[in-house]
Amino acid sequence: MTAHAHVEEHFAGSNKLFISIWVWLVVLTLVEIFLAYKPMPIHLMLIVLLGLSIIKAALIMAYFMHLKFERLSLILTLIPMLVVCILLLFVFFPDSFRSAGLRYKFKEQPPVAPAQVEE
Amino acid sequence: MSTEARAGHFPAVDWEGGAFPYRVGHRKLGMWLFIVSDSLTFSALLIGYSYLRASNVWPTPFPFYPSIVFSSVMTFCLLSSSLTMVFGVSASSKGDKAKARKWILATIFFGVTFIVLHLIEWQHLIHEGMRPFFLPEHWVQVFTTTDGVPPSPLFGATFFTITGLHMFHVASGAVYLLIVALRVNKLKHEDIEISGLYWHFVDLVWMFVFPLIYIMSVDVGGHLAK
Repeated sequence: MTAHAHVEEHFAGSNKLFISIWVWLVVLTLVEIFLAYKPMPIHLMLIVLLGLSIIKAALIMAYFMHLKFERLSLILTLIPMLVVCILLLFVFFPDSFRSAGLRYKFKEQPPVAPAQVEE
Repeated sequence: MSTEARAGHFPAVDWEGGAFPYRVGHRKLGMWLFIVSDSLTFSALLIGYSYLRASNVWPTPFPFYPSIVFSSVMTFCLLSSSLTMVFGVSASSKGDKAKARKWILATIFFGVTFIVLHLIEWQHLIHEGMRPFFLPEHWVQVFTTTDGVPPSPLFGATFFTITGLHMFHVASGAVYLLIVALRVNKLKHEDIEISGLYWHFVDLVWMFVFPLIYIMSVDVGGHLAK
């Protein structure tokens, strides 16, 4: 890149592309709402929902926030740092399972309540 | 653009990306860094919520109507507002400031609709008896496990904190966009693009709040209705 290089005012991506991204986002949201009423183990549900959310977030960042059309160095500066920091926040998480196990356990079978809830 | 032309005096420009490694203005880089820090705030809150949820009996009280219907329409509003925002930025890049203003005003309209619907939805839950630190009496009865462990009263705390902080972001984003729309002729294209970045970020956060808070707490069997 030589001295005559300048910041592009051009905003890449056609309106047709943006509409198709919007359609994808709406469809994925509808899938999420559909899944809400499908009985499935809570861990599987969490994984599927988070997977869909990450896809949606990636679509928004790449196209709406224009990151796909930015220089790679910007993407590499922002995204890995964010991912690593978020993963570091999970450092405390195993403690939640420990505190759940600290509850008093009934020796005999307690009377069955009218509604049983998972978890 | 002129700044980079002036940078021709520096030898660093010989290496592509040497003097301007990101090829974005300092304002835009600043907004990106703010967005990264703000996503960490929301990540911390959502992980804190997951922590509480994993270590407690958690109620799943949201009925199809009003909660899920409202939150789905709200999601649709935010997604559509992102689309109108991107149209606005696109118009601005072509120099059509009047069209950009119209699209930005449409974005504000969707944003305000989101807030109004969200407040109505809050009103339903508050009316039901949900508060930050305790649950409605009939929820406690329904969601107490067979072991006799009651559901966590912190349900309301996590709900109101996370959705409230998000609503605050939408509200401040609407004010920000209103200022941008009013001053659109004086602003550079990049400044309009930066306001778009913030707005899309607010949309992006909702893409995590909606499934984790709403979809994961649906009252599937209709326990509360019985």
